[in-house]
Amino acid sequence: MSKFLFGRYLPLDSIVHRLDPRNKLMLSFCYIILVFLANNWLSYVILIAFTLGAIRASTIRLGFFLRGIRPLIWLILFTVALQLLFSPAGGHVYWHWAFINITQFGVINAGYIFIRFLLIIMMSTLLTLSTQPLDIATGLASLMKPLRWVKVPVDTLAMMLSIALRFVPTLMDEAQKIMNAQRARGVDFGEGGLFKQAKSLLPLMVPLFMSAFNRAEDLSIAMEARGYQDSDHRSQYRILTWQRRDTVTWVLFAVGLALILICRRW
Amino acid sequence: MAITFEHVGYTYQADTPLATPALDDVSLTVPDHGYLAVIGHTGSGKSTLIQQLNALLKPTTGQLTVDEFTITPTTTNADLKPLRQHVGMVFQFPESQLFEETIQKDIAFGPQNFGMAEADALALADQTLTQVGLDASYAQRSPFELSGGQMRRVAIAGVLAMHPQVLVLDEPTAGLDPQGRQEMMALFDRLHREQGMTIVLVTHQMEDVAQYAEQVAVMRQGKLVKAGTPQEIFGDPDWLRANQLDVPRAAQFAQDLTAHGVTWPQGLPLTASALADQLAAQWPKGGAAHV
Repeated sequence: MSKFLFGRYLPLDSIVHRLDPRNKLMLSFCYIILVFLANNWLSYVILIAFTLGAIRASTIRLGFFLRGIRPLIWLILFTVALQLLFSPAGGHVYWHWAFINITQFGVINAGYIFIRFLLIIMMSTLLTLSTQPLDIATGLASLMKPLRWVKVPVDTLAMMLSIALRFVPTLMDEAQKIMNAQRARGVDFGEGGLFKQAKSLLPLMVPLFMSAFNRAEDLSIAMEARGYQDSDHRSQYRILTWQRRDTVTWVLFAVGLALILICRRW
Repeated sequence: MAITFEHVGYTYQADTPLATPALDDVSLTVPDHGYLAVIGHTGSGKSTLIQQLNALLKPTTGQLTVDEFTITPTTTNADLKPLRQHVGMVFQFPESQLFEETIQKDIAFGPQNFGMAEADALALADQTLTQVGLDASYAQRSPFELSGGQMRRVAIAGVLAMHPQVLVLDEPTAGLDPQGRQEMMALFDRLHREQGMTIVLVTHQMEDVAQYAEQVAVMRQGKLVKAGTPQEIFGDPDWLRANQLDVPRAAQFAQDLTAHGVTWPQGLPLTASALADQLAAQWPKGGAAHV
């Protein structure tokens, strides 16, 4: 758990950290489209260069980064293996047994999938490593604003999201504390058969839910006492500003897009 | 010796960029049937220290012995179950550990985990319930309908029901009203004196330390900076204040009286009754002069 980087925030001060969170969210989203546009080796080389450049600009050490996403490698390898073994016939057939074919087509496809997975995971890890959770929430809320026109309660969703994010570490501490207390009373977590393990979760889950309900009640009363009525009609303290460096990232993105469109085999 | 720490060190998330040292070379001994109070500023490593006692955290360096159990960095979880029964832990705000449908079942949960038959455990639960000051009518109620103070008593009963030889208390009276506080502290004192339980208490209440503890350990930034009897620790109020700690109110008042010429032949009194005794012993001489 402690070595798992995906979804964590690493406080550093780089140009990537200072970018507007709205910008980073949109870039990450568009980057995924870019990854699926690439369809030959040259275009992947361009993408890898851009990705490594982004990681370098974030001043996070590449070795630390790669170690952090290593736990996800099994998921990737599983997908790649499926692609490799069960591809439809096409090109040269290297090996054949029952319904399993390893074909030239399959090998190339598996290679593409591997790189696509890796690139997308690296970029989204970079997003969470370089952006504070609250900034992600503010950015998302701001990006969802147009949805107001189709009656989506954007402000309420934004409030829920920021409260949820705020309480993730608190509830994790709480869970750890309750687990320790129950261990001290003789509960063995993660031992024995499946049924026994599931049963041992009860002394953790019941208090955790109770504590979450109590917290929710206390928090809602405290919010009302501070004059909260509804999510609309509120002003904003966290103002996001679009800077020149944000525009520059889009220029770079446009260059990347153009290069990939040029290299792409239609 | 009941509890011996030998050069114990502990680092959270060791071998990662987020590693934080919490204990540094702590050596300390608590005799059989001892009563140790651990004091120190918030974040000084008190809670980390006491979690070593039932191996919820295992030392990253050094070793400790609790009666017949030895805990080293390589101790495996398989050997720990008897230790967990031997050392009862009452965590901060233990009311958050309640989960069963009835209070009786919740108290019986610990003993049952250590292999006691259900009927015996339930009978034991009823006994323990009266011990912490709630009557038998509570046994079949849900723990979630109680007040905060009553929930605390049930949680403590759940630990006492395991009949531990060593009782570790992490701020057991934080957030209780004065009467509840006194009752709980008196209960722990009774267990200590009558059943010979070894008690380790973490607290910010210097009055409790002065009144009950036989031994005090002062922690600062993960290090054990001073250990001794309450008399030795509180005898130097200036040093304590320099370490952002305080002296008991009685000792404070006695020290203020020193400035007005009162002397303390039996040492600085730490509790109100010791203060009263010493004043009473000196009273007739001075009092007679004014009559």
